[in-house]
Amino acid sequence: MRALREVSGRLDVERVRKDFPILRQEVHGKPLVYLDSAATSQKPRAVIEALDRYYEQDNANVHRGVHLLSERATQAYEAAREKVQRFVNAAHAHEVVFVRGTTEAINLVAQTFGRTRIRSGDEIVVTVMEHHSNIVPWQMLCEEKGAVLRVAPMDDEGTLLVDELERLVGPRTKLLALGHVSNALGTIHPVRRIVEMAHRRNVPVLLDGAQAVPHLAVDVQALGCDFYAFSGHKLFGPTGIGVLYGRSELLEEMPPWQGGGDMISSVTFEKTTWNRLPYKFEAGTPHIAGAIGLGAAIDYVRELGLDAIAAHEHDLLAYGTKALREVPGLRLIGTAKEKASVLSFALGDIHPHDIGTVLDREGIAIRTGHHCAQPLMRRLGVAATARASLAFYNRREDVDALVAGLHKVREVFA
Amino acid sequence: MKSELRDLYQEVVIDHSKNPRNFRKPEGANRSAEGMNPLCGDEITVHLKLAGDVIQDIGFQGAGCAISKASASMMTAALKNKTKADAEALFQRVHSMLTEGPKSKVNPEELGKLAALSGVWEFPVRVKCASLAWHTLRSALDGSHAPVSTE
Repeated sequence: MRALREVSGRLDVERVRKDFPILRQEVHGKPLVYLDSAATSQKPRAVIEALDRYYEQDNANVHRGVHLLSERATQAYEAAREKVQRFVNAAHAHEVVFVRGTTEAINLVAQTFGRTRIRSGDEIVVTVMEHHSNIVPWQMLCEEKGAVLRVAPMDDEGTLLVDELERLVGPRTKLLALGHVSNALGTIHPVRRIVEMAHRRNVPVLLDGAQAVPHLAVDVQALGCDFYAFSGHKLFGPTGIGVLYGRSELLEEMPPWQGGGDMISSVTFEKTTWNRLPYKFEAGTPHIAGAIGLGAAIDYVRELGLDAIAAHEHDLLAYGTKALREVPGLRLIGTAKEKASVLSFALGDIHPHDIGTVLDREGIAIRTGHHCAQPLMRRLGVAATARASLAFYNRREDVDALVAGLHKVREVFA
Repeated sequence: MKSELRDLYQEVVIDHSKNPRNFRKPEGANRSAEGMNPLCGDEITVHLKLAGDVIQDIGFQGAGCAISKASASMMTAALKNKTKADAEALFQRVHSMLTEGPKSKVNPEELGKLAALSGVWEFPVRVKCASLAWHTLRSALDGSHAPVSTE
C-alpha cells in the first residue's frame, strides 16, 4: 500500500487529491473548489476502479448461481459486508443490512420495528436538528399509530440540550432517534452518553450516522446503539448503497419489510418462511456493485486513517472558522464546541441562493438552502443558510478561495 | 465581475431586490395566493385588489433571493391598472424570455424594466426564482387556493 500519511501521521493532502480525478477540473474557467461534501462526497479512483472491475470481470447475480462469476460476485458482495462490519465494529456481519441509503435504513426501522412496537399514545423522541429523513418516517408512523413525536431542543449555538432531551425520555418513549452529527450545523452530539441515558430507561436508540462516518471513527458496540444508519455516497462510495446496522436480537424479532427474492427461505402458496439475517431485509437483487464500491471506499478511508482524517479536518475547520469570521457581515450559524467540518453561515442580508450563484461562477461549490432541515431553519429564524462542508481532500487554499469568493459576493451586492 | 454575473445581477435587479416596490398588502385586497420554492425555502404571497377585470392594486410579501424579490417587485410595478388579459399576456412573454433566452421571440426591450431579467436564462437553476412571483400571480388571478410550488 502506498503511504498516504507522512511519518508524522499527518495527511498528505496533495497526494490524496491525486486520487480524486474529479477534483482536477475547471468549472466556469476556474479550478474547482468542492465544498459540498456533506451533500455528497467525491470518489477516489480506487472506488471507481472497483466498480469497473466488478462490471468488467465479475458481474453476476449473487446467492444463487452455481457458476464461477456468481461465486465471485457473491464473495465480493459478502466481503464488502464484512468490511462494513469491521469499519463500525459490529459484533456480526449479519447485523449489517445493505439498503439504498440512510433514508431507506430509517424507513426500514420505522416500518418494521416501529410498526410492531409503537402503539397509540406511545412517544418517539427526536431532536430539532434532524434531517427530514429522521423526522418524516417517524411522523408517518405516529400518524398511523396515534403516537406522538417529541422534539428535544438546542441552544443558540446549535448544542443539543441533553438535559432537556433526558426530560423528554419517559415511560411512554418507545424509541429515541437522533443524528450523530448535524448535517446543517456540524454539531457532534454526545451520543454515547445519550444512549446510556436512554438504555437506563429501556428505550432503544437509532443513530443517523450519515454525517458522522466520513469524519469520525464509529464503534457501534462502544456506542451501544441499537440501530446505526449511514449512506455510502457521503463516505466516498457510490450513490444508491447504504447500511443499516441493527443489533441481532432486534433484527431477529423484526418482520421483513419488502417481500421478494433473496429474503425467503422457502415459498409455497400456503406459507412462506423468511430467510435468515441479513437477507430477510434484502429483498430483490441488491446493489452488488454499490456494496463492492462502498467496501473499496472503506478500504481507502482506513488506509488514510480516521485519526489522520480527523486531525486534518480539525485543523481545516479551525482555519476556516477564523477566516470566515473575518469576512465583514458574516455570521457563522452553528458554533457548538464539538463540531465536524461544516461551516454554515449568513452574509449580511444577502440570500444564500445568491451567494451560491456568485461562488459557483468562481468555481466554488457550496450548498445553499434549508439542508432538508426545515424545522431547524425555523428554530434558527432563517429561511436558508449557505453551507461549506469540508472533507479530507480539502486544504487551506480552498478556504482562502471561499473567502475571496465571499468578498466578490459582497462586491456584487454592495 | 464576470459578464454573465453582471447579466444576472443587473443594477435594476439589485435595486429592486434591496428596495422592493409594492412590498405590502394593498388596502382592499380581495385576492391572494402563496407561492414557494422548496429548493431554497423562498416564500411569497401576491395580493391583488381586483375590480372586475382590472388589477387596481397589487403587492407582495415574503422572503426570497435577490432574483425572486426583484422579479416580484418589477411585476407589481408593471401590472398596476392592467387587465387580467394584460397580465396573462405579460406572463407569457416573461416566461418565454426566462426559459428560452435568445431563442425567444420576445424582444426584452419591449418589456421595459423587466428586460433586466433577460440574463436569468443563462442560470437554469435560477429561472424558478424569477418565475415564482409570476406563477403565484396567476394563481391569485385564478382564485386558486392551492399554494404554488416551483417543484
